[in-house]
Amino acid sequence: MDLNAFLILAAVLFCIGIYGVLARRNGVLVLMSVELMLNAVNINLIAFSAYVQDVSGQVFALFVITIAAAEVGVGLAIVMLIYRNLRSPDLDKIDQLKG
Amino acid sequence: MLDYAWIIPALPAVSFFVIMFFGKRAPKHGAEIGIAAVGASFLLSCVAVVEWINRVEDATGGESHGLVALGKSIFAAGGAEHGVAPVVHTLTWWTSGGTEFGVGTTVDGLTVMMMFVVTLISLLVQIYSTAYMHDDRRYTWFFACLSLFTASMLTLVVSENLLQLLVGWELVGLCSFMLIGHWWEDRANSRAAIKAFLTTRVGDIGLMIGVIIMFFAAGTFSIVGINEYALGGEAQHSLLMFGALCLFIGIIGKSGQFPLHTWLPDAMAGPTPVSALIHAATMVVAGVYLGARVYPVLYEGFNIHDGGANFMAIIGGVTILIGALLAFVQRDIKRVLAYSTISQLGYMVMALGVGAWTAAVFHLFTHAFFKALLFLGAGSVSHSGSHHSFDMKSDMGGLRKHMPVTFATFMIGSLALAGIFPLAGFWSKDEILATAGESGFDAFVVVGLIGAVLTAAYMTRCVYLTFFGEYRGHGHPHESPRAITVPLIILSVFSVLAGFANAVPLGIHKFTEWFEPTFAFPHLVHAEFDYSLAIISVAIALVGIGIAASLWFRKEELGPFAGLTKRNALAGRGYTFLENKYYLDFLYENVIVDGIRGGVARAYYWFDQNVIDAVVKGVGRGAARAGRFAYDALDQRVVDGSINAIAAGTGEAGGAVRTVQSGRVQRYALLLFASVGVMALAVFLANVD
Repeated sequence: MDLNAFLILAAVLFCIGIYGVLARRNGVLVLMSVELMLNAVNINLIAFSAYVQDVSGQVFALFVITIAAAEVGVGLAIVMLIYRNLRSPDLDKIDQLKG
Repeated sequence: MLDYAWIIPALPAVSFFVIMFFGKRAPKHGAEIGIAAVGASFLLSCVAVVEWINRVEDATGGESHGLVALGKSIFAAGGAEHGVAPVVHTLTWWTSGGTEFGVGTTVDGLTVMMMFVVTLISLLVQIYSTAYMHDDRRYTWFFACLSLFTASMLTLVVSENLLQLLVGWELVGLCSFMLIGHWWEDRANSRAAIKAFLTTRVGDIGLMIGVIIMFFAAGTFSIVGINEYALGGEAQHSLLMFGALCLFIGIIGKSGQFPLHTWLPDAMAGPTPVSALIHAATMVVAGVYLGARVYPVLYEGFNIHDGGANFMAIIGGVTILIGALLAFVQRDIKRVLAYSTISQLGYMVMALGVGAWTAAVFHLFTHAFFKALLFLGAGSVSHSGSHHSFDMKSDMGGLRKHMPVTFATFMIGSLALAGIFPLAGFWSKDEILATAGESGFDAFVVVGLIGAVLTAAYMTRCVYLTFFGEYRGHGHPHESPRAITVPLIILSVFSVLAGFANAVPLGIHKFTEWFEPTFAFPHLVHAEFDYSLAIISVAIALVGIGIAASLWFRKEELGPFAGLTKRNALAGRGYTFLENKYYLDFLYENVIVDGIRGGVARAYYWFDQNVIDAVVKGVGRGAARAGRFAYDALDQRVVDGSINAIAAGTGEAGGAVRTVQSGRVQRYALLLFASVGVMALAVFLANVD
């Protein structure tokens, strides 16, 4: 089995995710990009798991999926509150942490 | 209750703060809070008395007469095998250099007896005050002070060590000061308060030195410890003597003994309930109480067991006579009673001085009731009979028809004071005289008998001027309200019955049995009842009454002696001498105080101006110059400069870093990924070969 094909796919997905997180202004799309990054990691974990014949990588992947679900739940709630307060999902407008 | 004795002083202390903060808003302006607290204290004291009596009865198995005989072996064996030990509880207050300073309670017969007296009289006086002080400007404050006084006095009574006792001692002095000066708008009252405070301070210094001496001698402040030390036989006698002398100076100051008695008559400037509570029944006997508490020190220090005269008995004897004589020339009824108090305190101190511990404490017990009764009676007269005047000659007279209850109770008090059988004063005074005679102090028996004649006579004069003859005032005398008469009746019941606690010929020794210490205490002499002496003392009191009555009742003024002071130069001079109170006040105020104010003060002022000020100014100028140099060179340049530099540097660095904190989440994420990328690159390059 060719491991490299899986690794390249994962790297491409991860880069698309980074691009989305950094460049998108819509909060919902940023969250979706984060999901892409997480799933790229999952592909890596499962590919390596199959490659070394060890099940622990798959267990890690299950954990990541669970955490991702929780993360997206919290993240969407935050985005909704931002939208309610600012009437816009635009992340550039959120600069209250400016020092 | 013996184990939780601290509650008894704590209740009035709490009530003091409650009255201070909430009294004005309370429906009775704080009076009900004070009365409730002291009433609860009184009930707890009664419980303590009963528990103590049970403890004594259990320890002796109801065998009372053998108790006295045990005395001698007690201290030889360190007090472990016999005697009812006091209940002692101590907490460490603070520790200094390995010495622990405790605070706690010592409860024995003397303590429970005093707690009973103090709380009972405080309770009655507070009830009385609700009527007497009715429209007073500082009514709430007055009750707060009474509560504080009761708390302080009880602290003094239960204290475990001399240091704690000193705290209570000073607190009662402070309360006395505040209450004498209660109507401070009148200059004379505030002067009297200051005089009382300063005169007792003179004695307090002696007491403080005495406490320090006893601490270094015995190595402890604990009262039981000091008593055991004094009786232990290893104590240096000279040390004990100086300790006893200094403690006794404290007693002289507080208990109005000659020559520091002059503050007590002036203290009558305070409201009458205060005079009854503080200056008759409780605070002034604090000195006697202290003497009774550390009696082994005085007993060994003054060699009381050797018989003959000693300093303490002499001072007591002198005080009996001068107090009684001065009572004859007063126009003010409260001053008569004040001098009478001085004279009676002299009896107690003399009794301690002749080894009659039990008699002294018994007289303290009975005197508290009948003297408080007399003072409250005088207050009742001024409240309802003489328009707030205390002048017997110009504002009283003939009041017995108008104020029957006050008259009857006042008569009981006077007869008790004069020592007429079978009232309280008879038993206690007689016990003092009998014990003094038994121990070989014959001269003091004579002094006591002379005192008895004088007491009977001046009380007759006082009663006559107040209640007999024609009414000389200008008001409409009437009986006092019930809040005043009920305490009078209760006190007169005690004045009749209290003496029977130790009615020796009837076979009652309850007072001795219950309240006399048997633990770490010298062997006390107990006289058999001396019938001839008792008959003599009553007869002599009756003679005193008879002479005085024939002088004042037969003619309106002095009978055959009328105008004697004008006809006879010697008598006139004697009267003037008494009028001027033996010139003691003159000595204190004009000679000592003015001397200090005049010569000494002026010389000191010169010294102050020319020597001390010059030194101080020189030092000051030098210091100012050094300070200016330090300010210019060190402070401004070095210290401020470095601090400003640090601050400026921090500010600039902060400004530079600030731009990173844009507040944009995606900028942060960019930085994060960029730094992760850089780190990944570094790891990759490090592992490339």
